[in-house]
Amino acid sequence: MTKVKSLADLKKMKETLQAKIDLREKGEAAENLVQIKVAMATCGIASGAKNVMDFLLEELEKRGINAVVTQTGCMGYCYAEPTIEVKLPNADPVVFGYVDTKKADEIIERYIKNGELVDGIIPVNYESIDNK
Amino acid sequence: MKDLSLHILDIVQNSVVANAKVIQITLDINTTNDYIELAVSDNGKGMDKDFLQRVVDPFTTTRTTRKVGLGIPLLKQNAELTGGTFSIDSEPGVGTALKARFVRSHIDCLPLGDIGGTIALLMCSYPEIEFTVKTVVNSHEFLVSTSELREALEGLPLNDPSVYPVVKEYINSNLDELQITNLG
Ligand SMILES: Nc1ncnc2c1ncn2[C@@H]1O[C@H](COP(=O)(O)OP(=O)(O)O)[C@@H](O)[C@H]1O
Ligand code: FES
Ligand SMILES: [Mg+2]
Repeated sequence: MTKVKSLADLKKMKETLQAKIDLREKGEAAENLVQIKVAMATCGIASGAKNVMDFLLEELEKRGINAVVTQTGCMGYCYAEPTIEVKLPNADPVVFGYVDTKKADEIIERYIKNGELVDGIIPVNYESIDNK
Repeated sequence: MKDLSLHILDIVQNSVVANAKVIQITLDINTTNDYIELAVSDNGKGMDKDFLQRVVDPFTTTRTTRKVGLGIPLLKQNAELTGGTFSIDSEPGVGTALKARFVRSHIDCLPLGDIGGTIALLMCSYPEIEFTVKTVVNSHEFLVSTSELREALEGLPLNDPSVYPVVKEYINSNLDELQITNLG
């Protein structure tokens, strides 16, 4: 595949991308959608949240896991940044603290793929994070 | 923040939280005149004069989860550490514009970091916001806008996980052309 350099190149990618999206939306994967939020306020960004987000976006796609990864604002866990919230289908959201790429890898392989619990869960008493 | 791209990510978050629908980012790198200038403007809810005066002070924030704001004071401090300047303007209901200028050759000047990835991440994370991002290296420029991407991709969701890497590649290959990474 040649490099995407111009808007025309981008346009040429449209069909390939559309096919990928259709596959994901129509396939059985749709019921298995994993939702991940990465806290991206100043504390999170300063402690590496962007790397973690990049890693998640790249690896989930590579490993064929149907997931949406979004940014969220401050979760208020300055001490534990970077933090991410992971919501598996039919489960309550879980917040992990001190997530680096190694931890993120463990979360994908053990928690997301197998539902095993991994260290680093921050106990929470709310349902889901929202921006501020 | 360990590099300029992370400041961009952080500062733009403020615009997003302020409900901006239009965000303009300009990164101007000039080796001849030895500066790097970052300008971010938005049409978000803005700040009144009184609040704006205090916003460069780390004890000003409207967030409820932490007592101090940090993003703006950190950027200001990092720019001024190099002998550069910082300014911010805002009007309630109209928007906010800020500019941070760094002296490039100063030992404390931050590295650029992952500029292309940051731009792609922002544009794909907030597809409903109209971004215009201009990167200038010694008067050669590359401009990318949300409307342009949307048109080229004919309505594919920008925030789809398969779309992001392609957008990132598009932006990075154009930034490579500007030789942004080998400025020395
Ligand atoms: N672009 C903007 N538009 C409107 N208000 C802003 C903008 N940028 C910053 N602010 C206000 O200034 C405050 C301080 O910003 P900042 O220094 O980034 O700290 P924080 O985002 O952690 O509060 C914010 O809480 C917000 O109220
Ligand atoms: S203020 Fe520190 S994580 Fe939000
Ligand atoms: Mg901020």
